[in-house]
Amino acid sequence: MMALLGRDLALALRSGGGFGLSLAFFLIVVVFVPFGVGPDTEVLARIAPGVLWIAALLSCLLSLDRIFQLDWEDGSLDALVMAPLPLEGVVAMKALAHWLTTGLPLTVIAPLLGVLLDLPGPAAPWVFLSLLVGTPALSLLGAFGAALTVGIRRGGLLLSLLVMPLYIPTLIFGALTASRAGEGLDFLTPFALLGGVTLLAAALIPFAAAAALRINLR
Amino acid sequence: MTALELAPYRDAAPLEVRDLACRRGERLILEGVEFSVPPGRALILRAPNGAGKTTLLRAVARLTPPVRGTISLSPERMTWFGHADGVKAQLTVTENLDFWARVHGSDTIAPALAAFRLEDLADRPAAYLSAGQRRRLGLARLLVARRPVWLLDEPTVSLDSATVATFARVVGAHLAAGGLALIATHIPLGLDEEDVLDVTPFRARENAERAHDPFLDAGFAPMAGARDGTAQDGETRP
Repeated sequence: MMALLGRDLALALRSGGGFGLSLAFFLIVVVFVPFGVGPDTEVLARIAPGVLWIAALLSCLLSLDRIFQLDWEDGSLDALVMAPLPLEGVVAMKALAHWLTTGLPLTVIAPLLGVLLDLPGPAAPWVFLSLLVGTPALSLLGAFGAALTVGIRRGGLLLSLLVMPLYIPTLIFGALTASRAGEGLDFLTPFALLGGVTLLAAALIPFAAAAALRINLR
Repeated sequence: MTALELAPYRDAAPLEVRDLACRRGERLILEGVEFSVPPGRALILRAPNGAGKTTLLRAVARLTPPVRGTISLSPERMTWFGHADGVKAQLTVTENLDFWARVHGSDTIAPALAAFRLEDLADRPAAYLSAGQRRRLGLARLLVARRPVWLLDEPTVSLDSATVATFARVVGAHLAAGGLALIATHIPLGLDEEDVLDVTPFRARENAERAHDPFLDAGFAPMAGARDGTAQDGETRP
């Protein structure tokens, strides 16, 4: 298991991996928003948590198809299925590797980029915490979508469409947590629901994605 | 060339396949496949392209669950090696092999590197290997997995004749250690312990695929059976 995690991290960080891509995309979206919306700090402050969350979600989508597609293409997935590892564990490790290389870096730089959007001071720690709690669900749900579409050439479009509705609860609760914290309102309810979505995904997705993989390898 | 010796496999058992039917996608490709491979022997699958060699190997590996039939050994005792060799271009030769060794709980990759003459390339990223070197690295996975049944689909593609001989020696050592192998290949390996099976006679009849339509299996099986006279046994006995 740890060998698989280590290999996937190494693959993502070396040339041709998806590591820089998501981060750069996140940076570009967040930098462009003030140019598009205009320098009105009041407007920017209001939309900042939502913009950060949407940008994080889109950056996450960008690298999802790499989770299983590359392993499928070069035959490693067949070998992994035959290996003495539970396929559910393989899915969980691959989702974890995806989160460590996309969700976690996004979470870390989001409060810094919040400065560009005039993110209210009290919201900044909650943008960080909501992303920290919410982005694992994005990687897990994405792994499920990737498992469903593995083997489809140029399956990225189908994958995005499949995963989009699954991302909506996380987006709503995540952005709500951060924006309510910025306005000084109670944010614990959406924050708890955000955590609930992630825990539910962590409990169910490995089994669902493993089942989808087994069907797709036929 | 030094002789290659592998540690004997524990609890060697024959691979017996009875009445196996397998499909690719929704199409039934082979049915009634029967063969038996005792430990220490290799069975070479011969047939023209598209006859179902890969499908048969994938069914034996349970990568594609068979439609029906019995296979005596569980997939935990098998290693699969297909057209794609599972080599990651961004990792070095050692890293590639080390990963599979750790997955399979082996402690050393040195014998596998030596057997396929990869020692000099150990630190080279797999992206800079030639097709044949890459193939050898893929095949080296068989040795770190340490499983008694090898399922090999066209293992000699892009190997030169010297490497084919090296590979044949590795397979020979595997057989001598009590392992067995099922190999789909067009190139004769020249093993002493090989039998040949032609899969062409097991090709499924054209109308047989209808027998495994899930809709027919569920409710309309008796009707369909009466109409076209095919067997309705859609169950898989693993």
